[in-house]
Amino acid sequence: MTEAPMIRMVSVDKHFGELHVLRDINLEVAAGQVVVVLGPSGSGKSTLCRTINRLEPVDSGTIEVDGQRLPEEGKALAGLRADVGMVFQSFNLFAHKTILQNVTLAPMKVRRTSKADAEKAGIALLERVGIANQRDKYPAQLSGGQQQRAAIARALAMKPKVMLFDEPTSALDPEMVNEVLDVMTTLAKEGMTMLVVTHEMGFARRAANRVVFMSDGEIVEDADPEAFFTAPRSDRAKDFLGKILTH
Amino acid sequence: MDALIAEFPRFVSGFLGTLRLCLFAAIGALLLGTLLAAFRVSPVPPLRWVGTSWVTVFRNSPLVVVLFLFAFGLPQVGVVFPTFGGNAFFWPGVAGLSAYTAAFVCEAVRSGINSVPAGQAEAARAVGLTFQQTLGAVVLPQALRTVVPPLGSVMIAMIKNSAIVGAFGVTGELFSVDGALTAAGYSALSSLGGVAIAYLAITIPAGIGLGWLERKIEVKR
Repeated sequence: MTEAPMIRMVSVDKHFGELHVLRDINLEVAAGQVVVVLGPSGSGKSTLCRTINRLEPVDSGTIEVDGQRLPEEGKALAGLRADVGMVFQSFNLFAHKTILQNVTLAPMKVRRTSKADAEKAGIALLERVGIANQRDKYPAQLSGGQQQRAAIARALAMKPKVMLFDEPTSALDPEMVNEVLDVMTTLAKEGMTMLVVTHEMGFARRAANRVVFMSDGEIVEDADPEAFFTAPRSDRAKDFLGKILTH
Repeated sequence: MDALIAEFPRFVSGFLGTLRLCLFAAIGALLLGTLLAAFRVSPVPPLRWVGTSWVTVFRNSPLVVVLFLFAFGLPQVGVVFPTFGGNAFFWPGVAGLSAYTAAFVCEAVRSGINSVPAGQAEAARAVGLTFQQTLGAVVLPQALRTVVPPLGSVMIAMIKNSAIVGAFGVTGELFSVDGALTAAGYSALSSLGGVAIAYLAITIPAGIGLGWLERKIEVKR
């Protein structure tokens, strides 16, 4: 590989007290790739996602984003996080700000974009995710699906190099899952580098370049989606797929 | 109540003196207390240490001791306060009351910060806001709603505590009016009764104002 991968994790370990939540994680995500992380709950997949922008610090090992090692806490870390979009399971929209203000806050504060430019770009993003007509409402007035689409727009407003999705549809009512997955699928097709922690097998099949399967803090399989779903190699993956695909 | 009527101008001037003292002390305590709360939740250990030490020392010391230290202790180590209208004890009184009240403001603000869901600060950090920006633009505005009631209690306690400042020599504030009137021959009951009414004339409207503020913040969002 000639250019540095967008995300590189080398020998990453992390404990939560006694629990060894990440065990010797080695993972590379090339620019433009979409990687879906699957695994049973408690397997460490959310933690893995959160270490990439250092919302969770690691005990040992190195993490690089676009060739740059994750800085310690401080201004440099804030600068790196500005280039890494993140979407949370519980949306985490700023509750005291309108949808448009949610999208324009970081471009104005971090990138020093003028209010007029930030709003213009923000409205365009809200149109792209289909909720421009909700721009003056507060997050609590929107449905879960609309909130999550607003959260995606908020992350995109920083023009990130990579997007992290931490179970973006797990807190949604079933009928709202697809509106969020559609936005994510479009994003993937447009060439965004994405790491997606999810239980949505359909999305993994449709949009992922690779599937990473985790269990007990380890990466057990790292495969092409078709190969993973039709012929998983490990017993743990077979067991996991058996449980979720037959219900 | 005869003292209140006969010596009304004295009460008015004491009332204004207390207002002035409390206004300066409230500004000082709110600014310092909020800063200390920011220190206490900061990722920088020495700042956390400063915040925690301040609260530990000032919340656990009697106000009288703090005030005497500011008025008589600090000048001995070279900290000299300017006089205020010829009164040497005004600024030490304001500073001591601010330093003491800031410890309580800090804890009220910190409890407000803790009431904001952790996801809010995480999302702010994730989009690249610094610690100060996260606190100033996302966490503190949301903490405000929960902070107003306890902060109101702290401010009302401070107004009442300002009487102690009067007792040790900030002449012209409300509590010192009692001394002057007793010296002039009024009964303790009548002069203290007037003083109590004058304090209530500050604290009760303050409480009503806080209730109004609380409702105003609530409807927003």
